[in-house]
Amino acid sequence: MMQFTCPHCGPRDQAEFIYERTVDAVVSLDATPEEAMKSLFTRNNPRGVDEEIWRHTYGCRAWMVIVRNRVTNEISATRAVGPEALP
Amino acid sequence: MSQYSAFGLLRGALNGQKHWQPAWRDPEPKSHYDIIIIGGGGHGLATAYYLAKVHGLKNIAVLEKGWIGGGNTGRNTTIVRSNYRLKPLHDLFEFGLKMWEHLSDELNYNVMFSPRGAMFLGHSDADMTKLAERGDAMRCDGIDADLMTRDEVQKLEPLLDMSRDARFPIEGGLIQRRGGTARHDAVAWGYARGADSLGVDIIQKCEVTGFVRDGDAVVGVETTRGRINAGRIGICVAGHSGHVAGLAGLKLPVESQTLQAMVTEGVKPMINSVIMSQSLHCYISQSDKGGIVFGGDPDNWPSYAQRGNPMVMERAVAQGLALVPALSRLRMVRTWSGVTDMSFDGAPIIGETPVRNLFLNGGWCYGGFKATPASGWTYAHTLATGKPHALNAPFALDRFERGATIDETGSGPMPNSR
Repeated sequence: MMQFTCPHCGPRDQAEFIYERTVDAVVSLDATPEEAMKSLFTRNNPRGVDEEIWRHTYGCRAWMVIVRNRVTNEISATRAVGPEALP
Repeated sequence: MSQYSAFGLLRGALNGQKHWQPAWRDPEPKSHYDIIIIGGGGHGLATAYYLAKVHGLKNIAVLEKGWIGGGNTGRNTTIVRSNYRLKPLHDLFEFGLKMWEHLSDELNYNVMFSPRGAMFLGHSDADMTKLAERGDAMRCDGIDADLMTRDEVQKLEPLLDMSRDARFPIEGGLIQRRGGTARHDAVAWGYARGADSLGVDIIQKCEVTGFVRDGDAVVGVETTRGRINAGRIGICVAGHSGHVAGLAGLKLPVESQTLQAMVTEGVKPMINSVIMSQSLHCYISQSDKGGIVFGGDPDNWPSYAQRGNPMVMERAVAQGLALVPALSRLRMVRTWSGVTDMSFDGAPIIGETPVRNLFLNGGWCYGGFKATPASGWTYAHTLATGKPHALNAPFALDRFERGATIDETGSGPMPNSR
């Protein structure tokens, strides 16, 4: 099992988290139908590093972005998203 | 290629079985092929076989980065069935199931197809309604399906926990009696031997590292064994579809996830059919060696790791033990995982890509093994003619932008919720 460092709760087991989607799969509010289609239905899906959105569902329930290598499972960065992460 | 036969075995017995020859060659890559198939798994090898056998093409290569059948062909739970709900899936998988029934004869290679019955369990009234609807849909399309009462399920599988206070109560089931299992490695080896004897070059330890472009078309591949030119190129790499298509600048409707399976020590026959529960997502069968083969959900996050996570393994085993408590006495001897390319509607993708002369066969999610013959047959047709076969036309890559998805579970564009 991986261990993630929640920006709010610190290091926790992956079992507390649920994967949502990648950052490039978030449809922006002003997206054209073509852009929305690409965001919803295609992924970079790299054999390497990608930015993923996870939720600390069984903890503080906050969303976060985790930058993870899909081959080695190495995590290079974690950052909060949502109102608390705004300046 | 010498034919395998019982007589040959007997003759071999008299001279110490010294007559065996390698079943396929190990050729050096040529500088040009009419068709290159990237990926030497069951699907790629079947495609090559039917290209040579049915379409009469001679100059074909299969490029494999490791060894043939070493990816998902050797990592699945060997279940063969066609008990789907939607018509395009019925047509494709039933065509495949009919091919399985004669595959050993076709290939002169024993793929050990064993139609022992593939049974879905129903755990509630709602489950039984869903299974009845699925069974009706199958029978309307000419596929065998029988709804089973609780007693019939118990008679077929006496070791299931049928008690009323079971963790997952069993109300009945739906069985496809023509479904079953096959020997996964034999499928790859049988197709490899058949394709090789028809002149196909199977080139192992040859990884594609890039595509050679000429305008809007591909004209060859760069590999770890040098550049190879090609007329048409077919991607057939399962979990690595996104990676290989990415080398050609394509972004696919797939996300790669890990799918685990595991097997116990061998025991005497105790599981008679293939037991599956779609409400739980757990499947149990017994291999011909006697090991109990388990499978469960994919690890529901993107991964190319080819190794599993104990958290997901525990869930699959817990479900299995709740259904068949006797399994708790067995020791697990091996676990493994494969990389599956989860498509965004749960159905495969077989057809053209926006890049001219480049074709894609992928997105099989966790259900590719059973489709091996049908996948090879339709992909060979597509590669030979440049146009899809009627069976794979609904599975075109552009169906997502056309809104023509084939969403069996109705869960939308979220591979991790499938």
